[in-house]
Amino acid sequence: MKPAHYYRCLVGIVWREALRFLNQRGRFVAALVRPLVWLLIFAAGFRFVLGVSIIPPYETYVPYEEYIAPGLIGMIQLFQGMQSSLSMVWDREMGSMRTLLVSPLPRWFLLTAKMVAAVIVSVLQAYVFLAIAYFWGIEPPPLGYLTVLPALILSGMMLSALGLFLSSAIRQLENFAGVMNFVIFPMFFASSALYPLWHVKEASLTLFYLCWANPFTHAVELVRFALYEKFDPQSAAMVIAALVVFMSLAIYGYDPGRGLIVRRGGAE
Amino acid sequence: MMLDVKTAAGSEAAAPPEEREAPLAVTGLSHAFGERQALREVSFALRRGERTVLLGLNGAGKTTLFSLITRLYDHKSGQVRIFGWEIKEKPSEALRRIGVVFQLPTLDLDLTVAQNLFYHAALHGLPRHVAAARIAREIERVGLTDRMHEKARTLSGGQRRRVEIARALVHEPKLLLLDEPTVGLDIASRQFLLDHVRMLCREEGLAVLWATHLIDEVDAEARVIVLHRGRLLAEGPVPEVIRNANASSMREAFDVLTGERRA
Repeated sequence: MKPAHYYRCLVGIVWREALRFLNQRGRFVAALVRPLVWLLIFAAGFRFVLGVSIIPPYETYVPYEEYIAPGLIGMIQLFQGMQSSLSMVWDREMGSMRTLLVSPLPRWFLLTAKMVAAVIVSVLQAYVFLAIAYFWGIEPPPLGYLTVLPALILSGMMLSALGLFLSSAIRQLENFAGVMNFVIFPMFFASSALYPLWHVKEASLTLFYLCWANPFTHAVELVRFALYEKFDPQSAAMVIAALVVFMSLAIYGYDPGRGLIVRRGGAE
Repeated sequence: MMLDVKTAAGSEAAAPPEEREAPLAVTGLSHAFGERQALREVSFALRRGERTVLLGLNGAGKTTLFSLITRLYDHKSGQVRIFGWEIKEKPSEALRRIGVVFQLPTLDLDLTVAQNLFYHAALHGLPRHVAAARIAREIERVGLTDRMHEKARTLSGGQRRRVEIARALVHEPKLLLLDEPTVGLDIASRQFLLDHVRMLCREEGLAVLWATHLIDEVDAEARVIVLHRGRLLAEGPVPEVIRNANASSMREAFDVLTGERRA
């Protein structure tokens, strides 16, 4: 197998994801409506309940809408990551996972390519959200739209890797409500997406540590800083570490020699 | 890779070693899921240009065997060689020589027939122009050229199966595996599939392993492997297997072999 084979395979997988995405415009709209509801309604309502003091990366008081915008981008990526993992499970049931795994290219590469495809979709969604948010008065510095790109890619990869790992490990993932309750909601609420962590610290120290250990918090912070042309090394390190851990677990889970796929066996 | 395949298939004179190897050789293959022994010491080999029917009831171990041959997961004991390449050691070399039609439908129903086939070609790393030519040829052979740009969803069950066969051949494998390919198909579609696979054996020299639980699909020209509760009970040309079992038909032979009835 030469580099050209890898390249063609990657292009093929991304192309299929793009086609599927274009075919399901409803999914795209739904993925945007969710954060927009939070931004346009929830944030407006909470504007005067929650005061946000000046904390990095902000250099002035910011309205609540502006504070939660990066958190909502995180939400888009979290949903996208989970959705792609669910589609992996459906793929497995529908058998198209089998078609992927009989490719002669190494399995780690196939999984990574799947992940790259999912990240491209989630980055596109994030930009569409930022464009709409702009008209709602969320106006980060112009250069921020560029500096946020690497952060979006990194956080998207981390959350997709989490989804991939879950799809390899959990059999009962067919039910989206289950994923909402046990993955998406806890990760989203126990993070800095909706409230700064110092607020949480005042309420409960245990909860603060929980939020701090949540990789999603760091994904949100990485995006928040990057959107304002700043770099948060601690968040970057945490996101990269989580990415490595989740991806290794996913590759282990799909490993033909050791992974969970072996113990599960054929459904006869 | 393209070049390799051409030289391997084209120049019969300087046949590389793999040309002398069996398309598929399974030796002493056992596999267990926890306590449940799915396969016990299974050995057999396929020959070029021959269709071998893997006959067994549901739960006989057919799907496990397919999963091991296509390396969904690794075998722990025994060997699986594809044209001489051990699947566990050289999965890439082995997998690129196999075409598979799975028991479950695996087309992406939201994509067109052509898109499904191009996706498969990409998974095998084929350049687009090569893929286009082969896709056109294979889809014509299954008589679906006029449906190329329709969504797979609009196709009937039989037509989807035909697309899956076409897809399995796009990377020009010399070994074709079909896991219960006729499940849920009407008589005409079954017949088409059977005729098409026979033609592939005869004209392309493909080795075919056709798994089924339907005894009617074992005809006199084929070879048969009888798998029962993870054990291989008989292997050989159909008339020979019937004779050895002192039976007068394949159905009777199957009953005798599996101990359902005394001869």
